[in-house]
Amino acid sequence: MAFFSGKAFSVFITFVAFYGAQRLYVRFRYFWLNPVLLAILGLMAFLTLSGIRYEDYFQGGQIISFFLGPAVVALGVPLYLQLEEIRKRGLAIGLSILVAAVVGVLSAAGTAAFLGASAPVVASMAPKSVTTPIAMGIAEKIGGIPPLTAAIVIATGILGAVIGPGVLRLCGVRNPVAFGLAMGAASHGIGTARAVEEGEAQGAAGGLAICLNGIATALVTPALVKLVMMWVR
Amino acid sequence: MLIRSLCILFFFLALGDGVSFALSLPVPGNVIGMMLLTFSLCRGWVDVKSVKPAADLLVQNMAFFFVPPGVGLVLYLDLLSREWVPIVVAYVVSTLAVLVGVGWVMQKLERS
Repeated sequence: MAFFSGKAFSVFITFVAFYGAQRLYVRFRYFWLNPVLLAILGLMAFLTLSGIRYEDYFQGGQIISFFLGPAVVALGVPLYLQLEEIRKRGLAIGLSILVAAVVGVLSAAGTAAFLGASAPVVASMAPKSVTTPIAMGIAEKIGGIPPLTAAIVIATGILGAVIGPGVLRLCGVRNPVAFGLAMGAASHGIGTARAVEEGEAQGAAGGLAICLNGIATALVTPALVKLVMMWVR
Repeated sequence: MLIRSLCILFFFLALGDGVSFALSLPVPGNVIGMMLLTFSLCRGWVDVKSVKPAADLLVQNMAFFFVPPGVGLVLYLDLLSREWVPIVVAYVVSTLAVLVGVGWVMQKLERS
């Protein structure tokens, strides 16, 4: 049975799960068929049914997830390419992102703490608006549970992508940059993928929001979570 | 080309990790690495063309890399069943708050 708990097998089933999930998504194009979500659920079911322990699976899995580190660094490239746009509307974008980071962390951590969630769950909820690798890094730093953060972040992305355009229209947000920025800030890459369908300006603003909100949230989360914990307890 | 761009990305990742550790910052090293890379691109210390091959590859396939940690949720199913109410409510409230907050503020500022 050593074969099934080996690194090569773990890496292999991860590729198969993601490839299969991508094929399904391309075929049907439903939002809830998000490839990451499908691949994760499929692998969870597979591990449970086959009796492979997660610790063994992750020996191989961490070879793949290791690349989240350089991938986050690589986000510096699209950020650099959009700097011209940021300079033009510097103050407006800066203020909006500040709102995104502070409101995002306070509303998530505050609501969870207020409803009696335990400290690790509150810490896992706090960075939920930002892209998964950054959110997991933040959760790890402040005593959260990175896999729980990953699941909540993906769920946030899907919710934002599904209800975001309707909610924004209902609130009278018609400006393309405001639309894209809100989608990217509230639901990172998955929301941005939806914003792209509305137009190029919306997509670019979404990509920008992912990078900037990731940085802003990483900076404000530790202090804000402490504040929430003090205030609730 | 790919190797050179990976050299640059890993240089900034290691640098970011080093800075985060040395100054015991609560910010993850990869975020610091991203900021340092952006800064270096702006100053012209690094040429965009020299990082683009690996950067595009990694950014375009980023979703794949968080599948294994996501599967780690199997370890927390009992926690999830105990605390699902605060988790679900906080997640919906917060997603709506950020959407409306950012959309509204940005639109107000764009008009003025």
